[in-house]
Amino acid sequence: MPAISIAKAPQPAATNPAQIRNFCIIAHIDHGKSTLADRMLGLTGVVEDRNMRAQYLDRMDIERERGITIKSQAVRLPWRSGIDNQEYILNMIDTPGHVDFTYEVSRSLAACEGAVLLVDCAQGIEAQTLANLYLAMENNLTIIPVLNKIDLPAAQPDKFAEELAKLIGCQPDDCLRVSGKTGAGVEVLLDQIVKQIPSPVGDPKAPTRALIFDSVYDSYRGVVTYVRVVDGHLSPRDQIQMYSTGVRHEMLEVGVISPEPMASKGLGVGEVGYLITGVKDVRQSRVGDTVTTHNNPAKVALAGYKDPKPMVFSGLFPLDGAEYPMLREALDKLQLNDAALVFEPESSAALGFGFRCGFLGLLHMEIVRERLEREAGLTLISTAPSVVYNVTLDDGNNLVVTNPSEYPDGKIAEVLEPIVKATILAPSEFIGTIMELCQQRRGIQKGMDYLSEDRVEIRYTLPLAEIVFDFFDQLKSRTRGYASLDYEPIGEEAGDLVKVDILLQGEKVDAFSQIVHRDKAYAYGVMMTGKLHELIPRQQFEVPIQAAIGAKIIARENIRAIRKDVLAKCYGGDISRKRKLLEKQKEGKKRMKMVGRVEVPQEAFIAALTTDADKVSEKKK
Amino acid sequence: MELAFYIHIPYCIKRCGYCDFNTYTPAELQITSELKDISNSYIDLLISEIKSARIEVGESAVIPSIFFGGGTPSLMEASDIGRVISTIKDQFNLAKDAEITLETNPDTVTKEKLAQFLAAGVNRLSFGMQSAVPHVLATLDRTHNPDNLPQVTKWAKEVGFKEISVDLIYGTPGESKEDWQRSIDAALSLPITHISAYALIVEEGTKLAAQIKRGEVGNVDDDLSADKYIMADQAFTSAGFNWYELSNWAKPNSESRHNIFYWLGKNWWGAGPGAHSHLNGKRFWNVKHPNLYKERIIKGESAVAEFENLESIQIESERLMLSIRLPSGVEKSTLNDKQILDLAGYVESGHLDQANWNLGRATLTLDGRLIADRILREILL
Repeated sequence: MPAISIAKAPQPAATNPAQIRNFCIIAHIDHGKSTLADRMLGLTGVVEDRNMRAQYLDRMDIERERGITIKSQAVRLPWRSGIDNQEYILNMIDTPGHVDFTYEVSRSLAACEGAVLLVDCAQGIEAQTLANLYLAMENNLTIIPVLNKIDLPAAQPDKFAEELAKLIGCQPDDCLRVSGKTGAGVEVLLDQIVKQIPSPVGDPKAPTRALIFDSVYDSYRGVVTYVRVVDGHLSPRDQIQMYSTGVRHEMLEVGVISPEPMASKGLGVGEVGYLITGVKDVRQSRVGDTVTTHNNPAKVALAGYKDPKPMVFSGLFPLDGAEYPMLREALDKLQLNDAALVFEPESSAALGFGFRCGFLGLLHMEIVRERLEREAGLTLISTAPSVVYNVTLDDGNNLVVTNPSEYPDGKIAEVLEPIVKATILAPSEFIGTIMELCQQRRGIQKGMDYLSEDRVEIRYTLPLAEIVFDFFDQLKSRTRGYASLDYEPIGEEAGDLVKVDILLQGEKVDAFSQIVHRDKAYAYGVMMTGKLHELIPRQQFEVPIQAAIGAKIIARENIRAIRKDVLAKCYGGDISRKRKLLEKQKEGKKRMKMVGRVEVPQEAFIAALTTDADKVSEKKK
Repeated sequence: MELAFYIHIPYCIKRCGYCDFNTYTPAELQITSELKDISNSYIDLLISEIKSARIEVGESAVIPSIFFGGGTPSLMEASDIGRVISTIKDQFNLAKDAEITLETNPDTVTKEKLAQFLAAGVNRLSFGMQSAVPHVLATLDRTHNPDNLPQVTKWAKEVGFKEISVDLIYGTPGESKEDWQRSIDAALSLPITHISAYALIVEEGTKLAAQIKRGEVGNVDDDLSADKYIMADQAFTSAGFNWYELSNWAKPNSESRHNIFYWLGKNWWGAGPGAHSHLNGKRFWNVKHPNLYKERIIKGESAVAEFENLESIQIESERLMLSIRLPSGVEKSTLNDKQILDLAGYVESGHLDQANWNLGRATLTLDGRLIADRILREILL
C-alpha cells in the first residue's frame, strides 16, 4: 500500500514544489465528492479506519444533514505513487458545489493546478458540472475526467465517458472510473493526479504572495484563513499584511490540515495550509485577497479578487417581536463566518422590526434561515425574496430599491432589473416544457446544443426576479427532477414593472407587496388574494382581501365571518380531550400575527409565497 | 362524598355511520353467543369493577345518579341491569331519589322490556332519535324507522316512566332547514321531558368521514348549523323546555342530574371498557377493548389504561370550560382583571348577557352560545 505516514512524508516549509500537486474536485451536488474525499483520506493513511466517519470533512451539521458541502476544506495528503514509487504531497481542496457560491469556487480553483472533474455515471453531466468545468478551463487547470459511482446498477460509464470526452476534448478511455463508495479505482486516480497535474511554479525569493481561498470563523481560535503560497514563504511570527486593506497582522500560527490542523514551520512555494492571525472577523480575511509580508510587501496582488455581491434580498422578522435582539445577535454571529451575508434593520407595519438581508442566492438564503432557526432557536417570518431594482424617477432622481414596499409610487421614468444567463441541462424529451417555462418567465433563448442523443443544454437570459421565486422547483417538477440549472448575472435591463400591493380590510400589508411585470400583475393579484383566502382563518368579522396597483384594485376575495365556534358535546369522556384541544388552540393563537384586526397565521406568510396551490388548500382544513 | 356512576355497555347490533364511540358489533368481536349470555357475562365483569371502585373510593359515598350509556344499553337483559343497580346499592349508599338513566334504541325495545327495565330500577329513558326525516337517517346510517319514536315513547309513558328524553342531531349533510324543523316538531310532539340536540361532528375513522372524503356525501355546513341551533333553541324554549346546558333543554325539574355532575366538575366513576372517571382532581380511563377489559378484571387487575393528575391550572381551565356552558356561567369574582377586560368586549357585542354581567356573572346569550369556544380561548390562562 503506497501510503506514507505523515511524520515521514515531506514536511511543510521543507517540501520541494516538484513534489507537490494541488488539485480540487469539482462536481455537481450529490455526485459523490465528499465520499470520494473520504476514500482518499483513508487510502493515504491520513485518517485511520477506526476514526473514519462518512463525509468526514463536512463539518457543519447542515452540510452533513443535507449531504452538501458549503465550506471548503484543504487537506494535505502524502502519497507514494504506484507509478514511480516516489513520495508526493497532494493538497486536496474541496469546493462548494452550489451555484450560489461561484466566487468561492473560482478562488479555490485559483489555488490549484488541476481539477478532478467528477461525474456521477448514473446521472450524467449536470449544469453545475459544466459551469465548474468552464471555470476550471478558464483558470487553465489540467482536467482529469472521472466517472463516479460505477458500483451502482444504474451506472452507464460508457455512455457518459463519450459525453465527457467530447466535452473536454479527450478520449473516452482517458476517463477514469471509480467508486467513492467501494474505493475501486481510487488508488489509480491518486497516481494519475501525480502523473497528469503539473507541480506548482513560483519564486521562493520574490516578495511573499499567498492567495486566500477560504476563511472560516472558529469560536476558539478566531478566523482561520486558508491560503495557497504562490511566491516566497510564510513563517510563524511573520508580520503579514492583507493586500486589499493594507492592515497588518501578526501570524500566530501557520500549518497544514491533515485532516486536523497541525502547526508547522511555515509554508513554502506551492504549499496549501492555514493561518491564524487573531482576527475575529472574516471580513478582515477575505476570500480572493493576497497575503503578503509587512517587511517585504508584494507590489502586485494576485488576480481575481472581488467583493461578494448579494443578489437576492429578503426581510427576516422574528415571529415574536420580543426576540428581535436575539435575531440581531444571531445575525452578527453568522456574519463572522459569512463574508457574503449583509443585513440592515428594517421595519414593517405588518411584521414589526426585523432585518433586510442580502444573500448570494436562494440556497444561501435558505441556509442562513435554517441556521438562525436551529442554532438560535428563533421562529422567523421571511418575506418573499426580491432582487435589486434601479429606479429612475421622472425628475431624474435615482433610487436603488431592495425592498418592494419602498418602490416609489410616483412617476417612474425607467426601472432596471438584474438579468442572468441561465444554463439548463436536461433530457431532450423535456425541451418543450422547459422552453414554455422560460418563456413564461420572460426568458429569451440564447441557444441550444445537444450533448448527446438524448441530453441537451439550453441557454436563456432571464430576469433574476423570475428565478428567485420558484423557478428551480418548477423546472424540476416539469422534468421529473432530471433538469439541472446554473445561472450567472450579466447586467441590468429596463423592464415594464409595477408594484402590486395586498390589502386586508382596506389596509396595505407591506410584507406582501411585490414587484412584478405589468403583464403578470393581474394573475399575481388573483393568485395572492386566492391563497390568502385559503390560508387566513375566518374571523369574527368579514375580511375583504384586495390586490392593487397604486389605487386601482385588480383582484379581490372575501372571507366571511365565522358564525359557529363551539363544541356541541361535552360529557365525562370528552372533558380531558376538549381541554387539551383548547390549550393547543390557545398556543396556536400565539403564533398568529395581528395585521390590523386580522389574525394571520405565520404559515400564511410563508405559504402565500409558494406556488403550490395544493399544499395550501390542505392546510386550511 | 357524592359519586355519580357511569356504566358503559359496549355492544351494538350495527354501527351507525357517524359513530366513533367505544362500541362493538358481535361480528367485530367475533362472538356468536346469544345476547342474553353476552349480557350475563359482561355484567359479571362490571360487578367486579364496582366492587373494586368501592375499595378505591374508600367510603360508602352517596350515589345520586347512575347512567347506563353505550353502545346500546337496552340490549342488555333487564335483570342484568337490575344486578348492577343492586350491587351499587350494596356497595355504596344509593340515594332514595337517585336518577337512573338507560340509553335506549327505539328499534330494539318492546313494551315488555321497558316494563322490565322499570321494575329493575331504571327511572329515566333516553332514546336515540337523531332525526325524523328518512333521508337524513339514511345519511347517518341509522337503522330505525322514525315512526318507532311515537310508539316507544307512548309505551314508556304507559309503562310508568316519567322522565323521557330524546337525542337529536342537526347539521347532517343534505339536511335542509325544513328537514330539521320537521325533526324538531316530531320531537316536540312526543311525551318527553328532556331534549339533547348536537351538531354533527364528523370524526376521523368513521364510515361517514370516509364517504365525505370520497365525495359521496357533502361536507357539514357550519353556518347552516348555526341557524339550526337557533331554530332549535327557539322552538324548544317556546315549548317549555329551558336550556340548562349548551346542548340540553328540559322541562322544569327534568334536567339530567347525572350530566350536571360532569359540568360542575364533581366526582364520578365510569365502569366498563373505555369509561372515564373523575375523582378528586384525578382523571382516569379504562382500556378500550372489551377483551382486554375482561382480561384485567378477571385477573383482579385495574382496568385503568391512563390517567392524569390535574394541576391547578388545568382544573381552572376545566372549570371555565364547563361553567360557561351553563346558564349560570362564570362568576366574575373568580376572574382576574385581564380576563374581565377580555370578556367586557363580548358584553358589548351582545355575546354575554348585560344584566347578568352587572350582577356579577358572565353568562352566554344565544349569540354567545354559538361562539362559546372562541370566548373561552380568550380567557383560558
